[in-house]
Amino acid sequence: MSKLVIKNLHVGVETESGITEILRGVDLTINSGEVHAIMGPNGSGKSTLAYSIAGHPKYTITSGSVTLDGADVLEMSVDERAKAGLFLAMQYPVEVPGVSVANFLRTAATALRGEAPKVRTWVGEVKDAMSKLAMDPAFSERSVNEGFSGGEKKRHEILQMELLKPKIAILDETDSGLDVDALRIVSEGVNRVKAEQNLGIMLITHYTRILRYIKPDFVHVFAGGKIVEEGGPELADRLEEKGYAEYVKA
Amino acid sequence: MSALPTNYLTPTGREETWRFTPLKRIAGLHDPATSVADRISISLVGANRPGFKVETSPANELPPKSATDDAVTQRIRASVSKVTHLVIEKESVIQEPIFLKRSAGSEKEFSRTVITAGAHSKATVVVENEGSATIGEEIEIRVDSGANLTFISLQEWSANSVHLGRHHAIVGRDASFNSITITVGGSLVRLLPTVEYSDQGGSAELLGLYFATGGQHLEHRVHVEHGIPNGKSRVTYKGILAGAEARTIWIGDVFIRGNAEGTDTYELNKNLLLTDGARADSVPNLEIETGQIVGAGHASTTGRFDDEQLFYLMSRGIAMADARRLVIRGFFGEIVSKIGIESVEERLMTRIDNQLAKVGE
Ligand SMILES: Nc1ncnc2c1ncn2[C@@H]1O[C@H](COP(=O)(O)OP(=O)(O)OP(=O)(O)O)[C@@H](O)[C@H]1O
Ligand SMILES: [Mg+2]
Repeated sequence: MSKLVIKNLHVGVETESGITEILRGVDLTINSGEVHAIMGPNGSGKSTLAYSIAGHPKYTITSGSVTLDGADVLEMSVDERAKAGLFLAMQYPVEVPGVSVANFLRTAATALRGEAPKVRTWVGEVKDAMSKLAMDPAFSERSVNEGFSGGEKKRHEILQMELLKPKIAILDETDSGLDVDALRIVSEGVNRVKAEQNLGIMLITHYTRILRYIKPDFVHVFAGGKIVEEGGPELADRLEEKGYAEYVKA
Repeated sequence: MSALPTNYLTPTGREETWRFTPLKRIAGLHDPATSVADRISISLVGANRPGFKVETSPANELPPKSATDDAVTQRIRASVSKVTHLVIEKESVIQEPIFLKRSAGSEKEFSRTVITAGAHSKATVVVENEGSATIGEEIEIRVDSGANLTFISLQEWSANSVHLGRHHAIVGRDASFNSITITVGGSLVRLLPTVEYSDQGGSAELLGLYFATGGQHLEHRVHVEHGIPNGKSRVTYKGILAGAEARTIWIGDVFIRGNAEGTDTYELNKNLLLTDGARADSVPNLEIETGQIVGAGHASTTGRFDDEQLFYLMSRGIAMADARRLVIRGFFGEIVSKIGIESVEERLMTRIDNQLAKVGE
């Protein structure tokens, strides 16, 4: 069992006029096997929360704490966080020209497992994971995310999650840009890892359609840099119907 | 040894084309007062094979087909008595690459080479420059109609070498000229990869890669002259710099003359600075004298590591040093992998790795 605990997290970005605060006291606990949906208006700070947990250098933590099974995540380097079991599927995955997907996946797996995976079983493992996500094997030879369509990038994120087997995953709008079939395929992938790894999930989304595939245990409304309401799956339906007006101060 | 007539101007360093080059470091190759050996420094690796041959011709029997205002090239033309000529016969398709190897002497020397790719031929030519040299050279590449020539020039010089070169392609009707220029060695290398079109429908791809470490001066002055309608060109040069006084210059002159309707061109230069104290100059220069073109564009970037790329890789558990290495190798690999000759690709990547290890990457 793993437990990610976020307490009173305040995060800002450096601007010319000093640090601009974006997160204003986030409290959230995610246990293995739980799905926490986070829904909130554009610009409310959802991606900032995701990046801060993963350790993106752009963000400055001004106060609060993040721990994974008691270990201080904020003290860890970005790669150490991944090694500790955190995974971030990014809203906008980054292109890395000249680095093939095959090389990237193998390097990452080697880093996380502490030894290079055996060539024979590894190639099969990758092929298998790709075919489950309906990805053409030719992607192996392409540069990481370069020229991938929006949907292909998202599949590639979930492919990495399947292979790297994290304990807690943050999915930042993984559903955006997916057509109906891709949404189902990707959701099944997430559910597979959840079942196999007893994965805990923070699922950032604007739409309830993904929540029909990946059933949330909790829904959190995110506005103005913090969680402003919590509830069960029914809260998501209400948000989709009514929007965020009641949470956003005029 | 021959002393040379001075019927052209000796560069002073103030000229636009010489302003980046430290003339003190080019061993007087630009200066008529310097005496320079007249010997053949380039030879075929292995024997002639069906479809092509290498021969030596008296210089007056193989005059240049292109004009140049480059003072060093003019000196070379005035000075060499013999020219190496690689002739690829028309319509012959040569599967295995043709290797030409440079073995320079200990003296300063000049060299002229002509490569003729006969009509509808297809071949890959690799020119390998290694070891120590102080050399001025011209390679004129004549790509006849319908021919497809890949020209790979490798500058893997040792640290003290000085190399001034003009690699000029004349692209014929519907011909394709694909070049890959790799410069990783030498104290001072100044190359002029240039292209002109002799007829319509020609296409040129110029790829380049340079890696300068402390004290190296690596200069590439690309010039594509679209003076004929319906020509196509693509230029992509990438550079990495590391260490104090590492210096690179990239000039990309692309001229689309008034009659060159239907031209399609794009040029790109990207430089990655690994350390402080290195300096990359990048000067794309696109001049367009007609509106009737398919496309024309240029881009140039010079910068440090992309933080987003490093973050992405590290967020998958890859340590900082390994992430940097992946990004750098990827940066190089994009060009090196186009060579398509495994032994050459491996040799280059190993050399690059060793140079990176020396600068602590
Ligand atoms: N460098 C910066 N300077 C100033 N403000 C910034 C900077 N970077 C991000 N922000 C702001 O932080 C806020 C939160 O952005 P974030 O990307 O976390 O929102 P989000 O909730 O993920 O939105 P979306 O739903 O559109 O993905 C935005 O208002 C954004 O403009
Ligand atoms: Mg976002």
